[in-house]
Amino acid sequence: MVTILFDGIAYGMLLFVLACGLTVTMGLMNFINLSHGAFALAGGYATAALTQKAGLPFLLCLPLAFIFSAALGMIAEAVLYRRLYHRSHLDQVLFTIGIVFMTVAAVDYMIGSQQQSISLPAWLRGRVDLLGGSIGVYRLFIIILCGVLALAIQALLSHTRFGSQLRAAVDDPRVARGLGIPVNKVFAITFALGCGLAGLGGALGADLLGMDPTFPIKFMIYFLIVVTVGGTSGIMGTFFAALLLGIADVAGKYYVPQIGAFVIYALMVAVLILRPQGLFTRGGGR
Amino acid sequence: MNASIETAISAMTRSARWSHWESLFWVLSLAVLWLFPTKALLFSQIAIMGLFALSLDLILGYAGIVSLGHAAFFGLGAYSAGLLAKHGLGDPLLGLLGGAVAAALISFITSFLLLRGSDLTRLMVTLGIALMLFEAANRFASITGGADGLQGMMVKPVLGLFAFDLFGRTAYLYSLVVLFLLLLLARRIVHSPFGLSLRAVKANRLRAGAIGISPATRLIAIYTVSAAYAGVAGALSAQTTQLVSLDVLDFHRSADVMLVLVIGGVGWLYGGIIGAIIFSLMQDWLAGITPQYWEFWIGLVLVSLVLVGHGRLQSFLKSGIGLVFNRLGLASADQRSVS
Repeated sequence: MVTILFDGIAYGMLLFVLACGLTVTMGLMNFINLSHGAFALAGGYATAALTQKAGLPFLLCLPLAFIFSAALGMIAEAVLYRRLYHRSHLDQVLFTIGIVFMTVAAVDYMIGSQQQSISLPAWLRGRVDLLGGSIGVYRLFIIILCGVLALAIQALLSHTRFGSQLRAAVDDPRVARGLGIPVNKVFAITFALGCGLAGLGGALGADLLGMDPTFPIKFMIYFLIVVTVGGTSGIMGTFFAALLLGIADVAGKYYVPQIGAFVIYALMVAVLILRPQGLFTRGGGR
Repeated sequence: MNASIETAISAMTRSARWSHWESLFWVLSLAVLWLFPTKALLFSQIAIMGLFALSLDLILGYAGIVSLGHAAFFGLGAYSAGLLAKHGLGDPLLGLLGGAVAAALISFITSFLLLRGSDLTRLMVTLGIALMLFEAANRFASITGGADGLQGMMVKPVLGLFAFDLFGRTAYLYSLVVLFLLLLLARRIVHSPFGLSLRAVKANRLRAGAIGISPATRLIAIYTVSAAYAGVAGALSAQTTQLVSLDVLDFHRSADVMLVLVIGGVGWLYGGIIGAIIFSLMQDWLAGITPQYWEFWIGLVLVSLVLVGHGRLQSFLKSGIGLVFNRLGLASADQRSVS
């Protein structure tokens, strides 16, 4: 019981780190981006390459994965995504699916379709007994790291100058621009940060979720559910949505394996019927 | 006042009128069977893909619903027809009906989820439904055959007269006739007051509601009709290939049909069919170069279509067709009076 709960929380935390960048671009900026998983893929593959080929320690690879994906995201935003912010949703869907397909095929072509493995250091591999259940050390590590990250992101959004600039830019880009906020720059930095977090999530999750070229397609629905269920109130909604989804998915697959995959869809439908705008919504505004 | 109403009516009826190039299109599509008799199987696949894209056009082009899971209804139709044929009810028309009813039923039930929330919610719901069905087909392998596909379909001759042959001649004619009839029906639908009200809902839901149109019932109706079309396409595919596998519910199929429709142009019914022709030719050509990484090229086409602007491609296609007919002196009277 405790083990399942912990696994679920670890899974949910991972989903949060993977999807929280998307909350801002998709949930708040209303830009439909289905290619978010591609950046997670980049982070996961970078970590796999760095630990296996270059033999770097795992802990050093995590920030490198973040930087790698963030850099990719920054370039992609400046060259491609920026043009699509004001296009129709259909265009955004087509474009980002195209990016996903290209990524999947390109990675398959260059690296191969086999699953990537990441060698964890010995101290992360064992299990410990906690609260009467046996818990993988690596999952505990993920929970702590992602929990700290969630707090840091929340602090960044609510207590810094950048955070208030972002909130202003999302609420009303025109007025924000009139007040002298560099809206394009704020969006670019946000996009890059979100991609970096996705890359970090990919690096952390490679061991738990499995990392092969089809990752962006397999997890697309999870990201969509987290963002829509989380609603538009900001990062905390996403956090709770991700946790709920993670626990429901793990518990469902454990207790009712024959219908395991349907649990999250049932959850999604239930939330949509009860709260069509997501669990947490902002009053007023758009 | 009267004059402006008359212009409005004439503008509406003009787009609804059957034009010469349409006749030529259908004559040509029939003629290819004698011109390239060995390619009949490929042609029947194109016709089916065209019908599938037409069904997506009904919701995307006329109601503005962006769906990421349209393959759900194609797959439902395919499995319904396949299961009917497997259990002794192999009459093709019955299979088509079964596919349409099954798809329409599921879409009607799930359509209520589409009425609430934003485009994002709709994407999630449509994708989620398709994934659920894929998972269900995979899980209940005793009924669907799971990953091995449905085995042992026995499809009877069409109308008891025309047996399916090895070269796909019957398959093509059968698919083409179904496509033609359903296109006629779709034309009636989109040019009827109901179709016009759909466009009003697409353009502005709030205002459409204010002039007395009920957006919710219109959207449910067109979503159900569109799913029935997709179900028929799936049933056709099952009957002509005598095969149903999990592939019919795959995410790729939903993405491909979107690409097909966008290549041909959204919102004029023929877009799906023309897109299917271009897509198949492209697939044939590209798969010859890199069979394994065909996905990459699909992605590239999607990305470049958006960057170039698919509206431009569509107007190019349309003006191209118009130009050819003007040269041939075949332009219909109203077209001449305009130009």
